[in-house]
Amino acid sequence: MNKQHEIRLSGSGGQGLILGGIILAEAALIDGNNAIQSQSYGPEARGGASKAEVIISTEEIDYPKVDKADLLLALTEVAYVKYIKSLKEGGILIVDENVNVEGINPSYRVVQIPIINTATEKIGKSMVANIIALGAIQELSNVVTKEALEKAVLKRVPRGTEELNKAALQAGYELVSK
Amino acid sequence: MKNREVKLMQGNEACVEGALAAGMTFYAGYPITPSTEIAEHCAQKLPLIGGKFIQMEDEIAGMAATIGGSLAGLKSMTATSGPGFSLKQENIGYAALAEVPCVIVDVQRAGPSTGLPTAPSQGDIMQAKWGTHGDHPVIALAPTSVKETYDLTIKCFNLAEKYRTPVFLMLDEIVGHMREKIEIPTPDEIEVFDRVRPEAGDENYQAYKVEEGQLVPPMAAFGEGFHFHVTGLMHDDFGFPSNDSEIADKLLRRIMNKISNNVDDIVMYEEEFMEDAEMVVLAYGGTYRSARSAVKQAREQGLKVGLFKAITIWPFPEKRVRELTSKAKSILVPELNLGQYVLEVERVVSDDTQVISLGKINGEAITPNEILAKIREVL
Repeated sequence: MNKQHEIRLSGSGGQGLILGGIILAEAALIDGNNAIQSQSYGPEARGGASKAEVIISTEEIDYPKVDKADLLLALTEVAYVKYIKSLKEGGILIVDENVNVEGINPSYRVVQIPIINTATEKIGKSMVANIIALGAIQELSNVVTKEALEKAVLKRVPRGTEELNKAALQAGYELVSK
Repeated sequence: MKNREVKLMQGNEACVEGALAAGMTFYAGYPITPSTEIAEHCAQKLPLIGGKFIQMEDEIAGMAATIGGSLAGLKSMTATSGPGFSLKQENIGYAALAEVPCVIVDVQRAGPSTGLPTAPSQGDIMQAKWGTHGDHPVIALAPTSVKETYDLTIKCFNLAEKYRTPVFLMLDEIVGHMREKIEIPTPDEIEVFDRVRPEAGDENYQAYKVEEGQLVPPMAAFGEGFHFHVTGLMHDDFGFPSNDSEIADKLLRRIMNKISNNVDDIVMYEEEFMEDAEMVVLAYGGTYRSARSAVKQAREQGLKVGLFKAITIWPFPEKRVRELTSKAKSILVPELNLGQYVLEVERVVSDDTQVISLGKINGEAITPNEILAKIREVL
C-alpha cells in the first residue's frame, strides 16, 4: 500500500455510509495501519447528501480531514453532483449505475456498477448497499485486506446478519472483478 | 509488554472512557450537538457501574445537578457546546466560589448563538476564561487527538479534585467527532487523584477552613454526617454567608492563589522542531493537527519553523511562551475564531516579536495549506 489513501463515501443520509467508514477504518487498524474516520453532516438525519471520510495511512495522520479524495464512492446522483469536484485528478470513482456521469473529467477511472440493485434484488436487503460498496472498494483499491475487512464487517453488524453481510461483501468483490 | 486494548474510538467516546477511568460516577446534562455522544455513552455506561446519569430539563439544571452530585461526594461531569456553555456560566461561578470539583466539557461549535451546530470552532476560548462574572480561577485543557482526549479527561478530574475547582475540557467538533486509533492504558498505568476528605467523626469540622500545609479545605460529602453550609455568597470558614470585607478578600485571594501559585503543576505543553526556530506556530485543539502538518511541510522546505502545542489553555503557559519568543522573531497563532488566544500571546511577548493571527470562522477546519501559506508569507 502507498503511504496515504483518502476516501470519501457519499450518498444519502440513512444509507449507512458512516458505519461503512467506521468499518473501513477498523479494517485498516486490523491490518496494522493508521486510520481516521470523520464525517460532516447537516442537521437532518435522513435524506440530503451525506458523506463519511476515511484516511488510511502507514504513517501517523496529522490533518484528519479529507480535502481531495483518492477514491470517491457516490451512491446517489445528488451526492455525485455535490462531491465529484472533490475527487483528485486521476482518482477513482465508484458510482451506482443509476447515476448520470455524462461529461465527467476523463482523467478519472470510473467504475459504474449496480450497487443498489444488487442489494435489493440479489441480496434482498437495500440496507446492505454500504457493505457491497466496501467490497467493491477493497477489490479496486486494496487499501485494506479482504481478511481484515471481513473481520471488521462481522464485528459491527447485528447478530444474525453475518451470512447476509458476508454475501454482500462477496457480491461487492464480484461487481468489480467480473 | 502491557496488554493494552487497541481500538477505533470517537473523541467524545474517549472523553467518557477517560472520565470513567478517573472515577466519574455521576453525569447530568442536556444533550447538544456536537457533544451528544458524551451524554449517550454516559447513559449507557454509568448504570453498569452503579453510577447515575440524569438528563436534566435544560443546560442550567445540568450544571446545577453536576455541582450537587459532587457535593454528595461523587466525581461529576457535564458536557455541552457553546450555547449551553453560555447558559452554564452562572453556576460555574458558583462552583468556583463554593469550591466544588467538577468537569465541564465544551465540544465547541461555530457561534455565536446557535450558529453552525455541526461545524467546528474554537470560539469559546475567552468564554472559558471570562464567561462567569467576578474574579475566579480557571483551569482549561484542550485535547488534539482521541488518545489525548482520554488522558486529559482523567487529568481534568485530577485537577478538579486536587484544587477543588471546576475544570474545563475544551474539545472541538474536529476532535470530538473524529474516530482514530487509541491504545487504552491499563488501570495500573492510570494515575487518579481523589479529593481530600475530613477525618470521620471530626466534631470540629469547618467546611472552608484551610489548615497549615493544606492546599484546599478537606471536602465532606453531604449525607456522611458532617454539618456544613454551601453558598454562592462570600462565606466564612463554616460556609455561612458573610459581608465582612476582610473575610471576602481573604477567601477570594485564597481561591485565586491556589491556582496562580501552582501554575507549574497545572500547565502542560509540547514542543517540536524548536531548536533553531525563527518562527513558532502556536496551536491548540483540533487546529494543532493542521499546524503540525504545515510545520512538517515547512521543515521539508527548509523553513525554520517550530511548533508549540498548548495543552493547558488556562492558565496560559506564559512563562514558556515568553522564553520561546526571546529566540524566535515571529509567532503564528492559527485558531477557529477571529483571534482570541492570540491576545494572550501578544500580552506576554516582547514588542519586537511579530505576532500573526490566522483566524477562520466559516465552520471549516483551517487547512495545513492555509497555515503553510502564512508561514511562507512571513519567512
